Amino acid sequence: MQKWPILIAGALAIVAVGAAVSAKQPDPGATLKSVQSFASIPDEKQRSLALFQEAGKVITHPRCMNCHPVGDRPFQGDDRHPHMPMVVRGVDNFGAIGMRCTTCHGPSNFDPAGVPGHPEWHVAPVEMGWVGKPLGEICEQIKDPKRNGGKSLEELVHHMAEDSLVGWGWNPGVGREPAPGTQKEFGELIRAWVDSGAVCPAT
Amino acid sequence: MIKLTVNGNAVEFDGDPSMPLLWFLRDERGLTGTKFGCGVAQCGACTVHVNGEPRRSCVSPMSALEGGDVVTIEGATGKEVDAVRAAWVSLDVPQCGYCQSGQIMSAVGLLGANPKPSDEDIDLAMTGNVCRCCTYHRIRAAIHDAAGRLEG
Amino acid sequence: MNVPVSANRRQFLQGTSALGLVVGFHFSGVGRALAAEPAGEFVPNAFIRIAPDNTVTVICKHIEFGQGPYTGVATILADELDADWAQMRVESAPAEVKKYANSAFGVQGTGGSTAMANSWDQLRTAGAEARARIIAAAAKKWGVDASTITIEKGVVKGSGGSATFGELAELAQQTEVAGPFKPKEPDAWKLIGAAKLPKVDTLEKTNGTAMYTIDVKMPDMLTCVIERPSRFKAKVKSFDGSAALAVPGVKEVFAVPQGVAVLATGYWAARKGREALKVEWDEAGTETRGSEQIIKDYLALAGKQGVVARNDGDADAALGSGAKVIEATYVFPYLAHAPMEPNNCVIYRTEGGGVEMAYGCQMPTVDQQVAAGVLGLKPEQVTIKTLLAGGSFGRRATPAGDMAAEAAHVMKAAKHQGPIKVVWTREDDIKGGFYRPIFVHKLRGAVDKDGKITAWDQVIVGQSFMKGSPFEEGMIKNGVDQTMVEGASTLPYQIPNLRVSAHMADVGVPTLWWRSVGSTHTAFSTETFLDQLAEQAGVDPLEIRRKLLTKHPRHLGVLELAAEKAGWGTPLAKGRARGIAVHESFHSFVAHVVEVSAGEDGLPKVERVVVAADCGIAINPDVIKAQLEGGMGFGLSAALFASVDLEDGRVVQSNFHDYRVLRINEMPDVEVHIVASKEKPTGIGEPGTPPIAPAIANAWSKLTGQHVFTLPFSHAAAKA
Repeated sequence: MQKWPILIAGALAIVAVGAAVSAKQPDPGATLKSVQSFASIPDEKQRSLALFQEAGKVITHPRCMNCHPVGDRPFQGDDRHPHMPMVVRGVDNFGAIGMRCTTCHGPSNFDPAGVPGHPEWHVAPVEMGWVGKPLGEICEQIKDPKRNGGKSLEELVHHMAEDSLVGWGWNPGVGREPAPGTQKEFGELIRAWVDSGAVCPAT
Repeated sequence: MIKLTVNGNAVEFDGDPSMPLLWFLRDERGLTGTKFGCGVAQCGACTVHVNGEPRRSCVSPMSALEGGDVVTIEGATGKEVDAVRAAWVSLDVPQCGYCQSGQIMSAVGLLGANPKPSDEDIDLAMTGNVCRCCTYHRIRAAIHDAAGRLEG
Repeated sequence: MNVPVSANRRQFLQGTSALGLVVGFHFSGVGRALAAEPAGEFVPNAFIRIAPDNTVTVICKHIEFGQGPYTGVATILADELDADWAQMRVESAPAEVKKYANSAFGVQGTGGSTAMANSWDQLRTAGAEARARIIAAAAKKWGVDASTITIEKGVVKGSGGSATFGELAELAQQTEVAGPFKPKEPDAWKLIGAAKLPKVDTLEKTNGTAMYTIDVKMPDMLTCVIERPSRFKAKVKSFDGSAALAVPGVKEVFAVPQGVAVLATGYWAARKGREALKVEWDEAGTETRGSEQIIKDYLALAGKQGVVARNDGDADAALGSGAKVIEATYVFPYLAHAPMEPNNCVIYRTEGGGVEMAYGCQMPTVDQQVAAGVLGLKPEQVTIKTLLAGGSFGRRATPAGDMAAEAAHVMKAAKHQGPIKVVWTREDDIKGGFYRPIFVHKLRGAVDKDGKITAWDQVIVGQSFMKGSPFEEGMIKNGVDQTMVEGASTLPYQIPNLRVSAHMADVGVPTLWWRSVGSTHTAFSTETFLDQLAEQAGVDPLEIRRKLLTKHPRHLGVLELAAEKAGWGTPLAKGRARGIAVHESFHSFVAHVVEVSAGEDGLPKVERVVVAADCGIAINPDVIKAQLEGGMGFGLSAALFASVDLEDGRVVQSNFHDYRVLRINEMPDVEVHIVASKEKPTGIGEPGTPPIAPAIANAWSKLTGQHVFTLPFSHAAAKA
């Protein structure tokens, strides 16, 4: 090639935001123990506790936790990093005025771009914020109608077992680890937990 | 066959339902004002309005647009559009200009919902629109300017 | 300039959106031939065309990708002609090095912040010639003496009457005036230096009609995307395109030196086709190190003196004289330019066996030669239409003309005979190399008991992108690539014993200039190290710069202006700290004073930036302000977040979610002050970038007590 003489002069940081987020990485292909497998625990209280701890594998999974922030910003990814671009819950938990969740999230997952979707895509209300809290505290929160969207325990079972946005956790699209087990198994654990007295872990 | 309206015109599409709206607009409709920047809803260059709200067309498959009402930079009209465009011209916001269709569609969406946004409101609504020339300072000023024009 | 409109040119234009705007400006790189070429034009030289319809078209030899040269060249010529701003048009020059060479390069091209500097005398003289011939034509027409004729806002007036440029064009073309042509005196300028002149390209950029390469549509055109290797310079060993060819719309799949090309009727089909490819790569001889290993290797080199680029006094003696010695080692990552419009190029055949490329071409002479070489043509058989480009920051100019080469290879290998638009995805862009190279700097400085800086020794280790390029001869002097050391070897501070040396390491990663080139790293290391020495000496950062810059009035000018406007030394709100930095690049001088606080995420939050700049005569002050705002933001983006990381020779990042860039909520309040100057205009596209990172780091160390040695800040925050 010809030479010309010339004279010219001359990982996205995974940063901790707000409350401590569990650094535990999801277990690929994780399963849930069946309700049956807890039948051997004779003490009902102990059994109830064990059932919730098993269900807690789902509750504390990034598929669920990422959108249950205690602050304004949700998280994303299996590594639970702050949502990029920066988004906030807004007044109705469906995003800021002018940049709603629906600006990017459609009615279903769009796998060619790795963008998840659901018709009701939004952040859980702040009173349902879980991130950084111990499982016991989350449990009390879940049972408290003031902090669970006014649900009775029956309604809570239905929500966990049937709600399709909860169900997204097991159908999260490419690049995301699904929640452990199935929504059916999760619903059965919650059902059995409620039926056994809905006992919460101490912390 | 997917039926939708684009800038007020009824149009049909019977191709790959996974094709994003962006490429339908650009490659099939010749509406090239809407730009490709990232393909994954990270930059906002492809922002259009679907049923009156800002939407990233690069992650909107045609399958989800049955009956949709799509407005692009070419077809955008109304008092917010006029105010935003006038403010953009008055402050000479664009540099390379490539992201500006998306910036304008987002700004119009914001002002339609909040005619008097604060700096923080602007930041929250516009943070999904990347400008590598970093015209952000003027974008912020121009949205305030447009809000003033809307006030009269 | 009255080239006949070829069939292909018409074809090209029919496919593109007609601009046809009449509001204020008709800015167009391609719209010219939409109307029939009118007779009776006045074409005094290669840069001006005045038509009977009274439009004045400036032919711009610099690409417009946001830095404002189209407005700049129009301003210079409009002022020289006393034209009305509304009659000005701008069109991009064809690839013709004899007429349109950049006087700083010797080839036609844009870069090095040279556009206005090298248009200044050329265009004022061109305008003066046009003006003289218009006046002579009017004098001839009215039978009066030329000295009685005046021009105001495009209207020529004399005792014989008045006429527009358009009305005089034909006669002016026939009227010769002997040179030399002397440009106006500064006191006669009306547009040059005007606080606010509307840019020529804004309107089209607000209504979707501005046309970029990705917007070109031509009959029978196919879109091409290329599957590229994950290790740089790997070659295709074999591929299976059968699944790709089964994707509706995919027309052809074939290997090119860059990878495997998929041709389809549109982007989406091409991309789907690409995803369906199975490719085996030959990775023999490719770079397999990760960033961490490359940095380790550089750190080892940094302990030894390199090839000396500057040597004043005796640095070793001064360092060993018993003065307090401070040491610091800096590490800078690979940076992608990531312009909003990823690389692309439209290539098509023209009549007579030639080829034309339409795209955001930054180096026409290089690209023309490269494409001609690939296609076995003579350079003049390759024509280039330079379109608007969605940013570059250096990316669109590669010494080996890579984009042109790629497009030419695709055309050469394709069965398809019609136009082809080669499009890069964002992932191609982030993973595609041509990065600002990794650099490691090691600095040692001595401060004596009186607080005087007596020695400065700087070793710079990095990869030279000039080595092996056509620019090597001009840019590598005495074994040192000047672009690696600029800003350090040109340190303005008065330090008696000063040595700067460099090691040029061999790495198999394509690297490139990136907005402000060497100053992207040298401004950071020199300006933060100076603050460390000032701290050791117990001197205020502004004060030490004043003391050491007494022989550099233009550095001092911007420093004092920024400090004054920022209120340097005045009390700050709790939780805030100030930092200052000054740097010269591309013959322009910029100082930043910043105020930072601690952001929520372990990163500095930049609250306020005060910029002072001296770039000689400010042709378009508002464009200059915009470049200083944006250039600062570009530097801030990199300082806070940007890093392309390699693992085993493969790029980790892929798109804006992990190659994080500045967003509006991170953009600080910025105010710009321009030093009034009578010096010739110098660069402005790049000089706004270098000072921001060191100014923030200097403020950060005041706020937190932590010096910053590694960029981006997010790397350090993640490790903390």
